[in-house]
Amino acid sequence: MRFMMIVKANKDSEDGKLPSASMIAATGRYSEELAKAGVLLGGEGLHPTSKGARVKFAGGKATVVDGPFAEVKELIGGYWLLQVKSKEEAIEWARRYPPADDGTEGELELRQLYELEDFPSDLISDEDKAKEKALFEGAARNAKR
Amino acid sequence: MTSDVQRTIAAVWRIEAARLIASLARITRDVGVAEELAQDALVAALEQWPRDGIPDNPGGWLMGAAKHRAIDQLRRGKRVERKHQEIGVGEAERERIVPDLEQAIDESVGDDLLRLVLVACHPVLPEESRVALTLRLLGGLSTDEIARAFLLPEPTVAQRIVRAKRTLSERQVPFEVPRGAELEERLSSVLAVVYLIFNEGYAATAGDDWMRPELCQDAMRLGRVLTNLVPDRPEVHGLSALMELTASRAAARVDSHGAPVVLLEQNRRRWDRLLIQRGLAALEKAEKLGGRGEPYTLQASIAACHARARTAEETDWVRIAALYTALARRLESPVVELNRAVALGLAFGPAVGLRELDENAGEPARADYHLLPTRAATCWPGSVARARRGPRPRAPRP
Repeated sequence: MRFMMIVKANKDSEDGKLPSASMIAATGRYSEELAKAGVLLGGEGLHPTSKGARVKFAGGKATVVDGPFAEVKELIGGYWLLQVKSKEEAIEWARRYPPADDGTEGELELRQLYELEDFPSDLISDEDKAKEKALFEGAARNAKR
Repeated sequence: MTSDVQRTIAAVWRIEAARLIASLARITRDVGVAEELAQDALVAALEQWPRDGIPDNPGGWLMGAAKHRAIDQLRRGKRVERKHQEIGVGEAERERIVPDLEQAIDESVGDDLLRLVLVACHPVLPEESRVALTLRLLGGLSTDEIARAFLLPEPTVAQRIVRAKRTLSERQVPFEVPRGAELEERLSSVLAVVYLIFNEGYAATAGDDWMRPELCQDAMRLGRVLTNLVPDRPEVHGLSALMELTASRAAARVDSHGAPVVLLEQNRRRWDRLLIQRGLAALEKAEKLGGRGEPYTLQASIAACHARARTAEETDWVRIAALYTALARRLESPVVELNRAVALGLAFGPAVGLRELDENAGEPARADYHLLPTRAATCWPGSVARARRGPRPRAPRP
């Protein structure tokens, strides 16, 4: 099963401050540990929400709200994608995340990914060729270096 | 509550087992003894953690517990005495080993893991023992989990592991990384074991299920571990690419009624794009390292041709046929010959494919021969009879 290990944002990350050199080194080592154990599938870090936006839908209308967003604790700072055997294993990996060197609070959230096997095969129609093409075009572009 | 703790212990074990055993094996020079010491630490955890709670650093705790036992036993010389007599380590020597132990056990473990996987897949062991030992020592699987994965009675697997450890000890297989040609040979044995595990999961030979995805996952995890242990070997990345690209199609292999769906009829929207991307990236790495003509990399390249095609009709059969031709030069396999013929037929017309099949038909020794005409009929529907009457230049639709 796959888990997304979500790193919650904090005031520093929302202010666009990069982590300290020692913190970057520590998370680098952590990432290496995940890779060496064969559980790391991917991950990314996110810019502060001041560089992002929200698109809200109501009554069939879309409204754009530019960042930054206030509720820092609810925001996402980045994520890792883990392939593990159980939720407990995902938790054990999360517990190994390096603590902040200045003692600031942090939070990781673990969420299980839906797998294609979770959906019955007839739920996705074979007819939708156009969509299929668009999706694969994206993947193929990525694949060609 | 207890079962929660037990699940946590199982998870910690899965994370720590390989490193623990590898570090201990460097000290004891005996994988069997190392594994038993690690097991003892696990038993201690199962006794103490439900009572005292999970320690803050569970990996360190296990290592500490195993370390104590290792020192204890070395001092008493209990389990290793026999071993020491065999290899001529005397009392004085043993005294010298003990102080080194504390320090040595904390050293880096990367090379130890490589040594461990090379020993687990050592050619002195029968293939099924290599599989069991690799899953047990590197994958952190219990004997029971291995037994369930291969639909075998647990005592059978336990026997295999015990015998394998005894063989390694008796034959005094050194816990080291060999050099040059021997390393190549030993690594290829490791890759073969991992691919065997993957295939057993992907095309389950026993039981009613088409696949046993857990086993595929275990193999892919081992593959990723290997890409970090020996990152400069092209075929390690080639194998990883092959497994990820193959597994990307898993969800499309059966329809909603549980019936199998052949590759060209699969709903490609059910292919896992994350695995495809990872597979293509691994393939690129393998090719950059010079693996282009090597068997796993070639097979991954073929899988990549399918992964890149948005629809079955867009499949690059000319390239696939060329890749199968290159593969046939490296692997003597009726299945490869068959697939090559099918690809040639799809690339250049059924007549070309059938000519290949007829050439193969001249070799009755090929065990899978009976499959050939059936497969041809499946792959080029309606075209076989026509092609028998004479060549048709037009490529058929798959």
